[in-house]
Amino acid sequence: MTTLRRIARLSVLTGVVLLWGATGPARAAEPLKVGFVYVSPVGDAGWTFQHDQGRKELEKALNGQVVTKFVENVPEGVDAERVIRELANGGHQLIFTTSFGYMNPTIKVAPQFPKTVFMHATGYKQAKNVGIYNARFYEGRYLTGVIAGRMTKANVAGYVAAFPIPEVLQGINAFTRGMLSVNPKAQLKVIWVSSWFDPGREREAAMTLISQGADIVTHHTDSTAVVQAAEEKGVYVFGYHSDMSKYGPKAHLTATTHHWGQFYIKTAREVLAGSWKPGSVWGGIKDGFIKLAPLNPAIPADVKEQVAQLEKDITSGKLHPFAGPVKDQEGKVRVAAGQTMTDDQMQKMDFYVEGVQGRLPQQ
Amino acid sequence: MIDLLVPLLAGTLAAATPVIFAALGELVAERSGVLNLGVEGMMLVGAMAAFAGATGSGSLWLGVLLGGLAGAGLAVIFCVLALNLLANQVACGLALTIFGVGLSAFVGRAYVSLTLRGLGPVTVPGLSQIPVVGPIVFRQGALVYLAILTYGAVSWFLYRTKAGLILRAVGESPQAAHAIGHPVLRIRYLATMSGGFLAGVGGAYLAVAYTPMWVEQMTAGRGWIALALVVFATWRPGRVLLGAYLFGGVTILQFHAQGLGINLPNELLSSLPYLATILVLVLISRNYQTIRLNAPASLGLPFHASD
Repeated sequence: MTTLRRIARLSVLTGVVLLWGATGPARAAEPLKVGFVYVSPVGDAGWTFQHDQGRKELEKALNGQVVTKFVENVPEGVDAERVIRELANGGHQLIFTTSFGYMNPTIKVAPQFPKTVFMHATGYKQAKNVGIYNARFYEGRYLTGVIAGRMTKANVAGYVAAFPIPEVLQGINAFTRGMLSVNPKAQLKVIWVSSWFDPGREREAAMTLISQGADIVTHHTDSTAVVQAAEEKGVYVFGYHSDMSKYGPKAHLTATTHHWGQFYIKTAREVLAGSWKPGSVWGGIKDGFIKLAPLNPAIPADVKEQVAQLEKDITSGKLHPFAGPVKDQEGKVRVAAGQTMTDDQMQKMDFYVEGVQGRLPQQ
Repeated sequence: MIDLLVPLLAGTLAAATPVIFAALGELVAERSGVLNLGVEGMMLVGAMAAFAGATGSGSLWLGVLLGGLAGAGLAVIFCVLALNLLANQVACGLALTIFGVGLSAFVGRAYVSLTLRGLGPVTVPGLSQIPVVGPIVFRQGALVYLAILTYGAVSWFLYRTKAGLILRAVGESPQAAHAIGHPVLRIRYLATMSGGFLAGVGGAYLAVAYTPMWVEQMTAGRGWIALALVVFATWRPGRVLLGAYLFGGVTILQFHAQGLGINLPNELLSSLPYLATILVLVLISRNYQTIRLNAPASLGLPFHASD
């Protein structure tokens, strides 16, 4: 730690010396230091991996104008606060904190560094120098639902989910609506594993779904166990976060993948230009935040065409996964025909739509 | 009904396997009087070594062996600290878990992206065709069978061999065993290392057979369940086996119920192994006699030959 701090102090000193001796252009040549805080190791697939891909894109696009640094595997809580503060102390003028649990630490550290810009992913608290950003994962889920609806023979799909929070429910419901839009007979079974990360339980849940007749499964958890289980059992699967085709070359139809690079580049440009303002960004397919991974050749051409068309419709705003009428399981109308669910309603989602089997666990 | 039962029971056998290995290993160590809380760490190091060995050599069985040896290696560190230097066993065990988590994560960094074709199921010819029982019992991974064989071996060793009797004597009264000439330290070393080996094999099962991959903390608390299970089983191998199937079965049952649209209290069922363990602890701690009847008398206590 002390060496780190020493280096940090040294770099601040060099910065000061440079500022002292240099005129305008030299100051502009001083690169913007951008820090990233990750909740897990970067690894090879998953939530943090996608953020790190974004960081690499940023470095490549603004080569020379930015230098980046990341700290991985930072527990949410007191440690996060220390890491964020150290990054700010080390002269990072733009810091991305990429997990929900970093919300309070970010909000706590931010006032102490009023000249630093903080960007927090998936949270809801903003401040003068704290902006928030998130992705419309459900748009990708809707499209994978359409593929599932067209390709299922058993008319049963399975979903391995972590915890019944709005973000996960958006995915389940969008998937179901996509599936039902092309196949009204299809149903979705959901198994909650009560853990974001437990490869064993994720596998057991997937095996259960498959044994109960699901011939397409997907997951909203953090490991690749579900993809591997599907490959082993010879059923189809959709990956999440990253392209997971490597873990199930035959089974993996596509994946809802996250892409933060363009947003990171845009934010860094704004900070460099001094035009950054706090706000909330919730980007979808249109903004390049969400993409489908390359489609498996097993998907028939007409399904591919339909998905491409729907993707365009989502981009143009013609199609919204939660356009009314949206009915819940009891048949109660949650969004009337002709209306669209608001962002606020989506962020508070706490019900299953029609077509999902079973009951939502009480929170 | 049968259609539902088959995947449920088959899933239970597979889910319980890593815990059976680890818990039987811990049982052997605790029967010799050594309380090693480092099971989770030894499992993780075993999983990591097994995955590295399997991807490096191409032989999954070599991987499993390496996993066991890595677990035993970690147990040696514990032995040096707790048995030679007489450090507090509880503290050493906890430290061993923290160390194992960190070490496996550090060494495993290079292996996170690799894929592995895992150990597939072994179909026993003929027997697997028996209706109901066949698909449950005779189409499992080889390590699932090995776990049951290990149970047999541990029971036989503890209750039917002289060496097992001596090991249990050391666990009851190391002073007495020492006085009649048994090498207490060496016996405890061997017992703890065997425990480490089995914990490593339990981790290896996860990394090369059950979920063939390496990711940090992939055991996700199974080491702690194994520890709880030993107490739940009141230090008897047969009850370890039963308990592991019971707790594994509860998870799988709960998943099946969800898939069928029946909601069971998810969180409560997940905590069942720990609740049951506390209950057993309360029951056997009622008085001095029930403790003496069930737990190894010198469990967790340091022993020095000068005592």
